[in-house]
Amino acid sequence: MREQSAVLSGTKQMKRRSQLGMVWHQLLKNKLAVVGLIIIVLMLLASLAIGIFVDYDTIIRHDLKNKLQGMSLSHPFGTDAFGRDLLSRIVYGTRISLSIGFLSVIGAMVAGGAIGAISGYYGGKIDIVVMRFMDMLMAIPSTLLAICIVSALGSGFVNLLLAIMVAQIPQFAMIVRSSVLTIKNSEFVEAARAGGTGTGRIILRHILPNAMGPIIVQATLALGGVILTAASLSFIGLGVMPPDPEWGAILTEGQEYMRDYPYLVIFPGLTIMLAVLACNFLGDGLRDALDPKLKQ
Amino acid sequence: MHRYIIKRLLLMIPVILGISFIIFSIMSFMPGNPARLLLGEKATPEAIETLTEEMGLNDPFIVRYARYIGDAVRGEFGVSYRTGMPVIEEIRQRFPTTLKLAVLSVLFAVVIGLPLGILSAVKQYSWIDNLSTVVGLGFISVPPFWLGLMLIIFFSLKLGWLPPFGSDTLVHFILPAITSSASTFATLLRMTRSTMLEVIRQDYVTTAYAKGAGKRRIIFHHCLRNALIPLITVVGVNFGGLLGGSIITESVFGMSGIGNLLIGSIRSKDVPSVMACTMLLAITFSLINLLMDIIYAYVDPRIKAQYSK
Repeated sequence: MREQSAVLSGTKQMKRRSQLGMVWHQLLKNKLAVVGLIIIVLMLLASLAIGIFVDYDTIIRHDLKNKLQGMSLSHPFGTDAFGRDLLSRIVYGTRISLSIGFLSVIGAMVAGGAIGAISGYYGGKIDIVVMRFMDMLMAIPSTLLAICIVSALGSGFVNLLLAIMVAQIPQFAMIVRSSVLTIKNSEFVEAARAGGTGTGRIILRHILPNAMGPIIVQATLALGGVILTAASLSFIGLGVMPPDPEWGAILTEGQEYMRDYPYLVIFPGLTIMLAVLACNFLGDGLRDALDPKLKQ
Repeated sequence: MHRYIIKRLLLMIPVILGISFIIFSIMSFMPGNPARLLLGEKATPEAIETLTEEMGLNDPFIVRYARYIGDAVRGEFGVSYRTGMPVIEEIRQRFPTTLKLAVLSVLFAVVIGLPLGILSAVKQYSWIDNLSTVVGLGFISVPPFWLGLMLIIFFSLKLGWLPPFGSDTLVHFILPAITSSASTFATLLRMTRSTMLEVIRQDYVTTAYAKGAGKRRIIFHHCLRNALIPLITVVGVNFGGLLGGSIITESVFGMSGIGNLLIGSIRSKDVPSVMACTMLLAITFSLINLLMDIIYAYVDPRIKAQYSK
């Protein structure tokens, strides 16, 4: 018996690895997705490495002697109105923008996933109440909902993160719920239940791994949108505040001088666009790679 | 059909109540005592206490919510803490600007996105298809506020063709409409292309070709009418993003719409005004979704047939 289960778990391991390998293989065939992945990895690495070369203090401290210098070798993106190197500020900003992006999406994925899984698995009254509530949250445009939450909590990194996360929860709850609904009646779930497996374990070990595809795609595609929302809110003064180098906040600071020094708004904007584009490329690629219809 | 519309309108009531409850709950976390804001810094603690009691701010949450809804049904959304005017007055003045911006943005997205999407699908893998794919990807990833700033730099500051700020004439709406339609335009472009590509390969299209119908007739009569159904949903869903995005666009272009009012009210902690603006935008979004569903039902004979009996 033990031998048999060892064999079974062995095949399961092999199967899972090969499935993941297949998705990876499929993804690598998509050039745009690879480009997106490379951009995201490079941005992450740059944001980690910048600490070695430039002190955080130097991108906050005013250095009015060097203000508003155009592009040069020592300042590739020029300096801002307070004499700070724009490139270093943007690279440091990657830390803020990407951490808001990743943390809020992961948070929404966990919270929305839990809500959706419980709602879908138990069904009945819980499902009706939870899903009506999610419907109502979805009826409020997500930027508006995030603005509403930030206005109540106040600006700042943590509040912005929370606001954006909450606004993303319904989408994840909906996706996980619908996957759970289709999976929960499959034979292997019934077999697990007949074998005496607990509900928590069934949801976590048997149902959710099978629902991972759509969740991952939603997360990657949401990432771009979330980075955009965070920058937008900071831009209108409801998110991370200057002098902290969030991308949207850098743009707000540059806006005043854009008539004579347009590079102050061009570079941070291009960076945001590049990050969002990379996420969208990767998300589209993952969706195609995970889509069983396209698998040959 | 009337039954369908009435049923959907009745279903709106719980949705609106739900939205208002969520927004009211979030807003109740807003720090600061409104009575203190109204009376100013020099007010005595007694005066603040009296006004707090008068305004009913000491009542339990549910009582306050019920009173708010009761007033709102009668069209009273309270008095702005900032201006002392009824909130509804300010909104009435500003709502047309926001609505005009949203409608123009949708129009822009449809007028350019739809034909371009059709063209891409009909001439798949041609240069125009590649170009529109690149444009679509760019527009879906561009931060709207940044696009706005770029348009201002180029068309207003460098060329001097269009005004950078304000919302007085229709000319003022051109740049903002382009800005706020960016993502709707891109989504519509991509969706039009993919749905058209799907429809073009259907059997009935081959049949139409076999029967000798002209290419133009096939594309517009056979393909587009069938592709239109999912596209209506895209426009409807994107309208929400458009309303949310208009807050940012209005701020970039200094337009006197609801979005700018909302941001100003948030900065001055003007709760009645924030509540009313948010509610109005959310309810507009629900109404537009309803409208889209009704159009959908009209366009799709399968849904129409269900309710025509």
